Amino acid sequence: MSSDAKNELYQQVILEHNKKPRNFKEMPNATYFAEGYNPLCGDHLKVYVHLNEAKVIDDISFVGDGCAISKASASMMTQSLKGKTVPEAKILFEQFHSLIKGSLNPDKDPNILGKLAVFSGIWHYPARVKCASLGWHTLNGALENKKAITTE
Amino acid sequence: MVTTKRTSFNVTKIRKDFPNLRVKVHGKPLVYLDNAATTFKPQCVIDAIEKHYKTGTSNIHRGVHTLSEKATLAFEGAREKIQKFLNAAKPSEIIFTRGTTESINLVANSYGRAFLKAGDEILISEMEHHSNIVPWQMLCEEKGCVLKVAPINDNGELIWEEFLKLLGPKTKFVSLVYISNSLGTVNPIKKIITAAHKFDIPVLVDAAQAVNHRPIDVQELDCDFLAFSGHKLFGPTGVGVLYGKTALLERMPPYQGGGDMIASVTFEKTIYNVLPHKFEAGTPNVADVIGLGAAIDYINSLGLENIGSYEKELLDYGTAVLKKIPSLKLIGTAKEKVAVLSFVLPHIHAHDVGTLIDQEGIAIRTGHHCTQPVMKHFGVPATSRVSLAFYNTKEELDKLAKAILKTKEIFHE
Repeated sequence: MSSDAKNELYQQVILEHNKKPRNFKEMPNATYFAEGYNPLCGDHLKVYVHLNEAKVIDDISFVGDGCAISKASASMMTQSLKGKTVPEAKILFEQFHSLIKGSLNPDKDPNILGKLAVFSGIWHYPARVKCASLGWHTLNGALENKKAITTE
Repeated sequence: MVTTKRTSFNVTKIRKDFPNLRVKVHGKPLVYLDNAATTFKPQCVIDAIEKHYKTGTSNIHRGVHTLSEKATLAFEGAREKIQKFLNAAKPSEIIFTRGTTESINLVANSYGRAFLKAGDEILISEMEHHSNIVPWQMLCEEKGCVLKVAPINDNGELIWEEFLKLLGPKTKFVSLVYISNSLGTVNPIKKIITAAHKFDIPVLVDAAQAVNHRPIDVQELDCDFLAFSGHKLFGPTGVGVLYGKTALLERMPPYQGGGDMIASVTFEKTIYNVLPHKFEAGTPNVADVIGLGAAIDYINSLGLENIGSYEKELLDYGTAVLKKIPSLKLIGTAKEKVAVLSFVLPHIHAHDVGTLIDQEGIAIRTGHHCTQPVMKHFGVPATSRVSLAFYNTKEELDKLAKAILKTKEIFHE
């Protein structure tokens, strides 16, 4: 992997979300909540989801400590899930999971990933895949009412 | 020790002994700065293991055929090398295990279960590796013992007065790290042992990060147990050592049952073998024990005193180089430390540092280093850790500094 690969991983949009994570707040009245840990690195995230009466995610947020990849991934996750239903969120989770494992090519395979495609290069870095997935696994745990999630 | 006089350390020549140093990563010459995780193996260690498998494969302590006798001699020869390396009183005080972790588990399970009871206190420190925390917690859970933790200060040093306060009539075991893997701190282990012995408390020394940096004399230290791993001493993975005083090992029940650890077996009663075999059930890791013996020969040929003074030079140079990097904060600034440099950069997570400097061919450890309580003490989730060995150079530390500066640039920090 050369400097191209590096740019592929640390793209400006990721660095920018790392510096200014969106929806970075606690949510006392959350409908769903879970904590996620990555025992490999000690990263720790909390994800909050609020559903309105129509069962649409009208608010979603996270707090925690992590690397640029995990923070940017969680931040972009919250952006892309606002306004989605729980089944839609699950589809996005599955697609994102396939993307970071390298089994979904965002340029060829049909998907609703949008901006999240920026994480497509991460499967070149097996040790970092878990960083990108921590927020999503935590979200999935929250939606399934599991309070504590680990990526191990 | 073969030589203790100061000689100029010929690193260029020494590096040729380590084939793994010739590897390229991302097209760049590898700079390996993760020696506290594991060390590279000199060719002589690789040769010793290969020779055993190519021409000497045999089980030990069993057959009377030529190969078995030869393998037994080589295996027991390695035990004697380790005995001399640690200056243990007898070869039978050297027990082979899978590594430091298994050595500590052996003591917690055998000594701990037999001699510790509810209410007894076990004293460790805040800077322990998880392998010197969890076995004791498991024992506490089973027996109702109480785990006491001696705190550290913000330099990453044991707070001596606090340690002394925690030693008392209820303390029945002390298990302490000699050199911290995440901070590089050298604990005043001799002082610790002397203080504990005033209360007749046995002391286990976790020497995983110490054996490769400084000479150890277990009789001079008067430690009751000492544990280390072969792979951090330029030997193979999968083999470690537990040193124990004969009197204690004799009293302790076996840790595992099986072949080799028995004198005789009937269905009515089994009589256990003598030391060290009582603690070595099953076929041991013959090839890697022989490899560890070769590693010790190699270390002795360089001289641990020489290694120590060269590494001190590297540590001073590395400290100066890292301190020049704006906003970089060193974690672990003990007065007495070995060549371990843990650091954090504000707004850049250790894992991002690790991935980006890997692009430059530089290998460091990033994370909590199996010392989560230490991370908690310093209020960081993770650090980047540079850990040096005698085959590292100042040029490599310059490359490291350059790569860190580049990382900061990418992050606009």
